[in-house]
Amino acid sequence: MANVLVFIDNPGQALKKSSLELLTIARSLGETAVAFNGELHDDVAAALGAYGAAAVYRPSADDLDDYLVAAKAAFVATAADKSGATAVLVENSPEGKEIAARLGIRLSAGVITDVVAVDADGTAHKSVLAGSYTTAAKATTPVSVLAVKANIVTPETAAAPGTPETVTVEVPADAAATAARITAREQKVASGRPDLTDARIVVAGGRGLDGDFSPVEELADALGAAVGASRAATDAGWISHDAQVGQTGKTVSPQLYISAGISGAIQQKAGMQTAKVIVAVNKDAESPVFEIADFGIIGDLFQVLPQATEEIKKRKA
Amino acid sequence: MEETLKIIVLVKHVPDAQFDRHLSGEGHTTDRDESILSELDEYALEAALQLIEARGGSKAGNKVIALSMGPAGAANAIKKSLQIGATEGVHLTDDALAGSDAAATSLALAAAVRHLGGDSPVDLVLTGMASTDGETSLVPAQLAERLGLPQVTFASSLDVDGGRITARRDAGTHSETVEAALPAVVSVTDQINEPRYPNFKGIIAAKRKSITTLSLADVGVDPSQVGHAGSWTTVTSAEERPPRTAGTIITDEGDAGIKLVDFLAAQKLL
Repeated sequence: MANVLVFIDNPGQALKKSSLELLTIARSLGETAVAFNGELHDDVAAALGAYGAAAVYRPSADDLDDYLVAAKAAFVATAADKSGATAVLVENSPEGKEIAARLGIRLSAGVITDVVAVDADGTAHKSVLAGSYTTAAKATTPVSVLAVKANIVTPETAAAPGTPETVTVEVPADAAATAARITAREQKVASGRPDLTDARIVVAGGRGLDGDFSPVEELADALGAAVGASRAATDAGWISHDAQVGQTGKTVSPQLYISAGISGAIQQKAGMQTAKVIVAVNKDAESPVFEIADFGIIGDLFQVLPQATEEIKKRKA
Repeated sequence: MEETLKIIVLVKHVPDAQFDRHLSGEGHTTDRDESILSELDEYALEAALQLIEARGGSKAGNKVIALSMGPAGAANAIKKSLQIGATEGVHLTDDALAGSDAAATSLALAAAVRHLGGDSPVDLVLTGMASTDGETSLVPAQLAERLGLPQVTFASSLDVDGGRITARRDAGTHSETVEAALPAVVSVTDQINEPRYPNFKGIIAAKRKSITTLSLADVGVDPSQVGHAGSWTTVTSAEERPPRTAGTIITDEGDAGIKLVDFLAAQKLL
């Protein structure tokens, strides 16, 4: 059996769903260990055991969060060496990919990102060129590093839960020396909506909103969805750049993507065409988005969206 | 008097994302026949130009070197960079590089950066936030790790002062201010500036600038360390995803909002 190391970073009081997914995938590949940064709460430790982790590696230093990724990558690399892992799994977030990149060099390991499935032999499947191709890739090195996308498996606990042993690993001294230091951190205002990148439903608006995002936000709230936007809408300053979906923004693969007032040019398509179901509302019948929509409505979004929002509230009441 | 800067901007020629893109050949690599300067690299180039212009430009000894790796087509990205205002162009090209993954690419680029720092040290390596084709975003981080340099990713502002950089960085739930000593690798977002277009003067001036071509031997890399042979990953198969087909399209007759909800209910998405 292979040894698999999963990196979990500062989960707080409970493990995120994406971490549970990584642990579930890890178990299908071999014996699981966890490289854990941050405070380890009892509930989290219990969950790690329930998901089959045999060991938890923790850094000797508690200031890894003060540096940009290089220090974390150095810690995970050391944990990988200690645990004899032949596969390391990290989240496919921008930070996760950056850690994966540095780990690859430190471990002389092939790195595969945007992974949507992993076979028992370590072959990773990923979608490339904005979802227009699916490729299978494999590391040719003894160790592989995989950055795995969220929402690709259903988390399952292990048949026999255990109590993982805790091992402290020394973080190499060069780690902080070659890292950029974070000197100030400012929390952004929380929207109360789910995170765009792993939301089950996304409602996105574009140029057709003409400055008023409220129909999109109200429909999103009725559905418990995240709010997304096209580049035209974020560039116009109608909504924060964090909401941008597309080639220069975030890539999302929700169960449902509702596109309102977005023409669906390739820039936007790149960020959302792997959504399971696409619904489009646009008053221009020629919009390219209708070529990929499962359900399209040619009409005025200022009529259609509020009507849908009311109807959802009525049915949910 | 501000210190002078020597900045390398990594530029890449990518297939134009406005058109359909394809994978081909044994290694399932990207077709680059119709390629352009990656749009996201223009922000890095603009950031570099602004930094040197604040220090008296090339006349005061500042340099912005556009570095690209790849076959003949890569020269197009360098040429465009020279027209926009880069002071020098360097093209790392070698048949052995074909099919290099991120690990092999970063190895070759690290060697090129060291080579270019031979006469006077390189202060900054700037990149775009991602390439618009491979999208793995691995190369800049691997380059930083290989060179033993700090990296600041997703910089939405960048200042250089007294041998240090200060950048603002937007990370999901929070914004950060980060500092690092030079030299450093920095990737910038499309929020950092408004890239300039090449003007007539720039296009004429670019004709007088030459592009230096470097081979693997020039930068001291053995061909076995790069290309398919030197890569740590291999693509074993590639399948074109069946194109999404259009579903039901209706025209609103006053009840489309209700029909939308009916559709969601039928798909069990409510």
